[in-house]
Amino acid sequence: MLESLADTINADAALVRRGRYVNATMLWDLGDERYAVAIEHGRVVSVQKPHVMATWTFAVRAPLSEWQEFWHADPKPGSHDILALLRRQVAVVEGDLHPFMANLMYFKGVLAAPRQGAK
Amino acid sequence: MNPRIEPIKGYYLRTTIAGVDQRVYVEEAGEGIPLLCLHTAGSDGRQFRHMMNDPRITDHFRVVVFDLPWHGKSSPPAGWEGTTYQLDADTYAETILTVKRDLELDRPVLLGCSIGGRIVLQLARTHPEEFAAVIGLQSGVAVPPYYDRSYLGRPDVNESELCVALMSGLIGPAAPSADRWETLWHYAQGGPGVFNGDLHFYSDQRDLLEDVAKIDTSLCPLYLLSGEYDYSCLPSDSAAVAEHVDGAEFAVMKGIGHFPMSEDHDMFYSYLGPVLNSARSRRGKGC
Repeated sequence: MLESLADTINADAALVRRGRYVNATMLWDLGDERYAVAIEHGRVVSVQKPHVMATWTFAVRAPLSEWQEFWHADPKPGSHDILALLRRQVAVVEGDLHPFMANLMYFKGVLAAPRQGAK
Repeated sequence: MNPRIEPIKGYYLRTTIAGVDQRVYVEEAGEGIPLLCLHTAGSDGRQFRHMMNDPRITDHFRVVVFDLPWHGKSSPPAGWEGTTYQLDADTYAETILTVKRDLELDRPVLLGCSIGGRIVLQLARTHPEEFAAVIGLQSGVAVPPYYDRSYLGRPDVNESELCVALMSGLIGPAAPSADRWETLWHYAQGGPGVFNGDLHFYSDQRDLLEDVAKIDTSLCPLYLLSGEYDYSCLPSDSAAVAEHVDGAEFAVMKGIGHFPMSEDHDMFYSYLGPVLNSARSRRGKGC
């Protein structure tokens, strides 16, 4: 589902620059599927489905249905921002939150990357 | 662009608020009924520049905007370096009443957004005779925590960048880009700890709906406008206030977020215009 994530993000020079101090692995939990997104200096270096034991810096979790609404090209109110999902208590962010909060605008861009080209 | 000077004048008010000497920056434009405007947490009066440049408003209203102490061009008081800024309801209310008194504003319409939208509910209840009407933008009685505010005060987190990121999603997705990013720039320019200090009032303190229900709209009309993309103060939060106050008028603003006056003025005015017309009419009838 996130096969093109690395290409999309790494092609966005402004986003990569915004995240130039980010070195972390984000576990992106879509409900049935989980992806470990490894980031070095703002570039996504790998997106892998962890098997049994996953190592990550922080995790962002929400049901797939919420991500699908979030990725809509014209998201409805309450689905338009990760903090809106947190406010509705349909998403959680957990783990070492320092890289997430210190680079919040960058990670908002990462999480919204699948929105590009969405219908 | 042809050079021009906007019809806004600015000055500093020297006054004492809650026993503390303050130098408060004020801007105003227009003539007519005083319209006293209150900015959001962690920002400043620049949020109202579109309103102060709109003759549809300034032909009828003397729009008065001030920066809360610690915000914008209102510096913190002497000795700030040894204190932690924290806004509370009583000081906030006293600040507004002091500015109103010092500038001799006669029964102004009071308009506030976010923290301003909260305090207007209190002033409508406690000082209805002093205001011709109150307009609450993004008005609610309480906001539950939805992020860890301790990241706002850490030396290993750029607070300016974090404030921008936290506010970025509170703007309607279709807002004009220049206005979106100017709104966020105001947040980027806040002093350290100031936004979080405002959130003491906004998030740690709360009103009660049963107290808000004591507002007498025959003495002080109450208008509530709420942006549909605001997830800090949800439209349902403003609706709850409206349901508890007899005579309150309430509308949800399509496409708008938490900063109606600065993020998309034209869209905002389509909702604000009728409210201002109604407030003018009711004030003229002595309401």
